Amino acid sequence: MYEHLETAQNQEKLRRIAIDPVSRVEGHGKVTLLLDENNKVRQARLHIVEFRGFERFIQGRPYWELPVLVQRLCGICPVSHHLAAAKAIDQLVGVDPKNLPVTATKLRRLLHFGQVLQSHALHFFHLSSPDLLFGFESEINKRNIIAVLNDYPGIGLQGVKLRKYGQEVIRMISGKRIHGSGAIAGGMNKALSKEERDYLLLDIDQVIDWSTSAVNLVKKIHCSNLPYYDEFATIRSNYLGLIQPNGALELYHGGIRCKNDKGETLVDHYDYRHYNDLIHEEVRSWTYMKFPYLLPLGKDNGWYRVGPLARVNNCEFIDTPLAEAQRAEFKAHGGANSLSAAALPPSLAVEAMVHSTLATHWARLIEMLHCAESIQRLLHDPDILGQDLIAHGEKRYEGIGVIEAPRGTLFHHYQIDDNDIVTKANLIVSTTSNNQAMNESVRQVAAEYLSGRELTEPLLNNVEVAIRAYDPCLSCATHAVGKMPLQLELVDAQGHLIDKIAKHSDGQVERIND
Amino acid sequence: MTKSFTLDGRIIPFEDGETIIEAAAAAGVYIPHLCHHPDYTPHGSCKLCSVKVNGRICSACTFPAEEDQEIVSESGEINADRKRITQMLFVEGNHLCPGCEKSGNCQLQAVAYHLNMVDNHFPHFFAKRELDASHPDVLIDHNRCIFCELCVRASREKDGKNVFDIGGRGINKRLIVNAPTGLLKDSDLEVTDEAAHICPTGAILIKRTGYLIPIGQRQFDQQPIDKVSLTTGQGGHEQ
Repeated sequence: MYEHLETAQNQEKLRRIAIDPVSRVEGHGKVTLLLDENNKVRQARLHIVEFRGFERFIQGRPYWELPVLVQRLCGICPVSHHLAAAKAIDQLVGVDPKNLPVTATKLRRLLHFGQVLQSHALHFFHLSSPDLLFGFESEINKRNIIAVLNDYPGIGLQGVKLRKYGQEVIRMISGKRIHGSGAIAGGMNKALSKEERDYLLLDIDQVIDWSTSAVNLVKKIHCSNLPYYDEFATIRSNYLGLIQPNGALELYHGGIRCKNDKGETLVDHYDYRHYNDLIHEEVRSWTYMKFPYLLPLGKDNGWYRVGPLARVNNCEFIDTPLAEAQRAEFKAHGGANSLSAAALPPSLAVEAMVHSTLATHWARLIEMLHCAESIQRLLHDPDILGQDLIAHGEKRYEGIGVIEAPRGTLFHHYQIDDNDIVTKANLIVSTTSNNQAMNESVRQVAAEYLSGRELTEPLLNNVEVAIRAYDPCLSCATHAVGKMPLQLELVDAQGHLIDKIAKHSDGQVERIND
Repeated sequence: MTKSFTLDGRIIPFEDGETIIEAAAAAGVYIPHLCHHPDYTPHGSCKLCSVKVNGRICSACTFPAEEDQEIVSESGEINADRKRITQMLFVEGNHLCPGCEKSGNCQLQAVAYHLNMVDNHFPHFFAKRELDASHPDVLIDHNRCIFCELCVRASREKDGKNVFDIGGRGINKRLIVNAPTGLLKDSDLEVTDEAAHICPTGAILIKRTGYLIPIGQRQFDQQPIDKVSLTTGQGGHEQ
């Protein structure tokens, strides 16, 4: 929709504005805007400028280290990495998901519900609520969690306590709030004791109440200015995520479902171990983050969104009652999605999918409520206190683990040798999948809200608001080693380009003389 | 009449032939150490057990206890030296506790906590060291070797083999394996050997057992190393 703003012609005549760093997101990224003499935006890009290298440095390590090593990618959703790696190394010891002990599977699910709950609470309350409560162009020193705690102490405190509860679930199972050790190849290393279960039950009713209030809050904010919230940063896209066999929302294990912008199913219950036949990644010269796309649709049309919006859009129902009621309301709203509906012929005006980027916050909190309900259900499940934790099988040389991390579908793929040493690793992180979508949203905001205006800091926050809706984890998402295309430009004091050298993703170096 | 010496003002009895560290341990006094193990010949290489005997620095694990020794162990000066030594061990190898499967069961880590080491102080060497994963059941991660030679001693003295030694000098010093190929798979080592289990750090590991013990139940989660060392009688070594 806004692809024409990815690369501008005659850049030397354009003025450059940089938002660096993008704040209130995990990791380091920047946005650059190129403006002409009339302040019209001619180019807008989200660049991920940090470098990690995980895929490379875990090579040469024994496979059982993986869940503990890769969770260090992130301090916000380490458990998702921990479990994606664990699911992959289950296969290396010959254990498929159906053969994992029931208790181990349920403990992992409980662990992951705690993870998604705390991450969603963190994202909504700590990172995004200042924009939503004070306004996108509000005073800069208002836009932080401290101001929320001052002006809306009830809401702010609930956010902090919801996050704390999720962290406590994680601590009871993995020994630490952040970066513990719980999942091992073929199962889990510790049973949940009755005391630990009872401790978590103490606050769960309150957590469900607060989560319900949170959904109602975000719904109220969204509906307070419906046309604006529906249109801001909104793009039409494909949606991808895991799904249960019965079509219910799934966060831990399932097949891949992919729907297009009209809600038509492109792929369903696809075995994620064959992901490489479905998804490829493209590299571009101006960012360290890759651009994945659905192979059958090609590079131009195959990009997709993952995360709360994709999951709630893709599923047929949610298997916990309060969240399901909220989902139904959310989807009903989708039918009235003004921008999307306007772009369609009247016969299709009732939309199957909600495309509003800011509705991601709404979907996120519906999921948070689902996590709270699911935690309660699992804590009452007698299997959760079981002692049978580990399964064994025959060694294999390749393992692929996929999970729905808070920000979306997360792929871990490893190969090992005869000595149990990792020889190859590929990680496709949620934020990477949203790369094209975030860039499109940035360009939409730049074109619709900034172009032609005198740019001020509050105005530029609109761009960050668009990025924040995706809850990007930029440090997770940047890890291509040796494949990074680079461009080196030599510019004289007057701004004239003197020389330009490009290194392509295949390692070829080329001098470019325009 | 029992013979005795004074350690930090406390009278410590000893028997002829005992070293200072042995007599101290028998009396319930912990002296930090890494290369010492009560079952093996003293080595005196890590220098963590350095104490001041009548004003002179000695290794408590090799120095014989004698009557009327005035020994200082827990002084600010000596503990500062011990901390520096530990920091040097950390920067010389690649000791990345957050991902290490020995974390919580590692004596190097536990001693560092005991000495209140909160940073590495010195710049890291980032030494390039390899793994030897060739053996079906035992892994050597040279990144974590501190050259205490406990595996060398255990292989010789307890297993009756001669699997390990230290080769090279100075900064090029390294743990070597007695096999024509230099690989562990071609040595006599078996997974049941004492030498495969004695490493105080995560340099020699039993494969596929990492992270089996949950956080909270690991050796040094329960008690700090000074308590573990005295209650196990094994100097903090796993039973």
